[in-house]
Amino acid sequence: MAAVLETIETVGEATDKYKHGFVTEIEMDRAPKGLSEDTVRFISAKKNEPEWLLEWRLEAYRHWLTMTEPMWARVGYPPIDYQDSYYYAAPKSDADRPKSLDEVDPALLDTYAKLGIPLKEQEVLAGVRNVAIDAVFDSVSVATTFKDRLEKDGIIFCAISEAIQDHPELVRKYMGSVVPTSDNFYAALNSAVFTDGSFCYIPKGVRCPMELSTYFRINAAETGQFERTLIVADEGSYVSYLEGCTAPQRDENQLHAAVVELIAMDDAEIKYSTVQNWYPGDEDGKGGIYNFVTKRGLCEKRAKISWTQVETGSAITWKYPSCILKGDDSVGEFYSVAITNNRQQADTGTKMLHIGKNTRSRIIAKGISAGKSQSTYRGQVRMNAMAHGAKNYTQCDSLLIGDECGAHTVPYIESKNRSARVEHEATTSKVSDDQLFYCRQRGIPEEEALTLIVNGFCREVLQELPMEFAVEAQKLVGISLEGSVG
Amino acid sequence: MNILSIKDLHATVDGKEILKGINLEMGAGEVHAIMGPNGSGKSTLSYVLSGRDGYEVSKGEVLYKGENLMEMLPEERAQAGVFLAFQYPVEIPGVPTVTFLKQAMNSVRKARGEKELDAFEFKKIMDARLKELSIVNDMVRRALNTGFSGGEKKRMEVLQMAMLEPSLAILDETDSGLDIDALKTVADGVNALRAEDRSMLVITHYQRLLDYIVPDHVHVLSAGRIILSGDKSLALELEEKGYADIVAAAA
Repeated sequence: MAAVLETIETVGEATDKYKHGFVTEIEMDRAPKGLSEDTVRFISAKKNEPEWLLEWRLEAYRHWLTMTEPMWARVGYPPIDYQDSYYYAAPKSDADRPKSLDEVDPALLDTYAKLGIPLKEQEVLAGVRNVAIDAVFDSVSVATTFKDRLEKDGIIFCAISEAIQDHPELVRKYMGSVVPTSDNFYAALNSAVFTDGSFCYIPKGVRCPMELSTYFRINAAETGQFERTLIVADEGSYVSYLEGCTAPQRDENQLHAAVVELIAMDDAEIKYSTVQNWYPGDEDGKGGIYNFVTKRGLCEKRAKISWTQVETGSAITWKYPSCILKGDDSVGEFYSVAITNNRQQADTGTKMLHIGKNTRSRIIAKGISAGKSQSTYRGQVRMNAMAHGAKNYTQCDSLLIGDECGAHTVPYIESKNRSARVEHEATTSKVSDDQLFYCRQRGIPEEEALTLIVNGFCREVLQELPMEFAVEAQKLVGISLEGSVG
Repeated sequence: MNILSIKDLHATVDGKEILKGINLEMGAGEVHAIMGPNGSGKSTLSYVLSGRDGYEVSKGEVLYKGENLMEMLPEERAQAGVFLAFQYPVEIPGVPTVTFLKQAMNSVRKARGEKELDAFEFKKIMDARLKELSIVNDMVRRALNTGFSGGEKKRMEVLQMAMLEPSLAILDETDSGLDIDALKTVADGVNALRAEDRSMLVITHYQRLLDYIVPDHVHVLSAGRIILSGDKSLALELEEKGYADIVAAAA
């Protein structure tokens, strides 16, 4: 098996098509295949959860049974057999859960090293990054760095399964408050079977001193990953949060249905950045992750939520990070880069629901399509009757590479208030031969030239990312577009 | 050995023959001007030499420092020291000029097996060139050529030439779209880059550019062939008599 692993890595490195496509050999503890009330009970029992949570899960599961998969997105895939997947997979060593990083299975640490995550605290401390990381491996949160230091400010940053044990009152109060269990098909599924994720609470008036970060990775075969993230920023607090994702290369499709809920109380600010690099499948569309994600934030008075996403991976992306601008003078932002290549399909965008007075939102979405891929921006801006003086500005730019791909823009605008203002601008352009030739005439090879041009196109969005991740995202743009010229 | 040796070069665009047998020899450090009326094949020649897609060589050969230039990719030609100052420099939105310059320089250095420059080393070189060419710093912070005036775009071409230090510079109608002051500024920049190891092929429709960039040789291109060659006085003669007379006399 080790030889196989080595081969996979060698091939992976040689082609450098998907550099995170390695598999870690770790003994797994799995729930039986398939989905039923028993599966839900199994997961809940494994996690030693309180009764209320089991009930909450079961209610979600029962509701899910009555729902149908949404079909309105511009994506196509064969029907998913929800009974043909594992809903719980944990590294076996979880039975005696590591107390500190020293006790973490070295193979796991090795995995994170390959991903380029400086997991060991001392490494992080020695490095330039000042980032606290919670790493979720398949279904279980493995280690949280910097926990002690954050605790000094009263900040809670841990796995959500830990928060359920240690801070049940917070979890119970807020989980499902922004994305109810019955919200949509995938959110209901997630609520029933979520296994882990991150939890974060920033107390009143505290400015979180470092970036908080979660790394998700799907490792086991035929396993779905259903993580759940809950961030609560209390009055006047600030937090910047980054989420990164990778998965190994596999022939079959794997389901990922996450739920992220953000709560920004009066005067609080949450900046949530995502670099999504799930395995996109091969050139012919074989394999890859189905990424069906529900992300939503609630803004109270004068609060601000800013979503920044760089979506380069997944075979299918179905994702609309949204803001409910409930409080007066609250602000929602959405900055997005979605790159699709080969046979990838992305249907992504946002929803800005203006409820309070003088609420403002800004949407900058950049879609890049190459190969035979299809990319859709789908966005809703709604001005409710009481949203006096609300303003929205939307800008959607699509860039096409080659002539076999497609880009689509589907805005939904609804205004029930005469004083509200909504602006929408959209452009579609192609990378021109003139631009490529100009770069090449200066000595820049064709693929690098393309990366340069596309990075220029995305610049407005990439500069919203925290510095070190912006650099990583720029490189990712290059990797995602490999093979799309020449 | 000559820097550039063009022998019986024929080239087609969309199946139509535009260059019909060009012969040209350029020695190191020489400045040659190619003059000709519209449609004579001037820009085609510059694109064929720089390797643009869609310009097919149907016959003949081009040797650059003794190597077959036509077998090289556009970026390989650039890395080997062939530079084209574009008639219409291309806008690349969102890419800061400074980023572009650094990547271009490092691509060339990498291809030549030289060490890539770090941000600090690069800035030192760029600042020196900016000063020599009296270009304000503000220009390199803006997105490449985006929203630049005609004069700024041409000066940017000269700056790039100064930084990439080519052995063969092809200036394609560098005077087009410039008023006399801008023309003079750009010409000063080009003259500052004249060197013993740098040959220049100056393509122009009008003689006035050659008042500022004085060539060693002048060639008249007509219907895809060089019909007349001479020294700088030929340019003045052309200005006086017009292309029609010269072409008719040569025929």
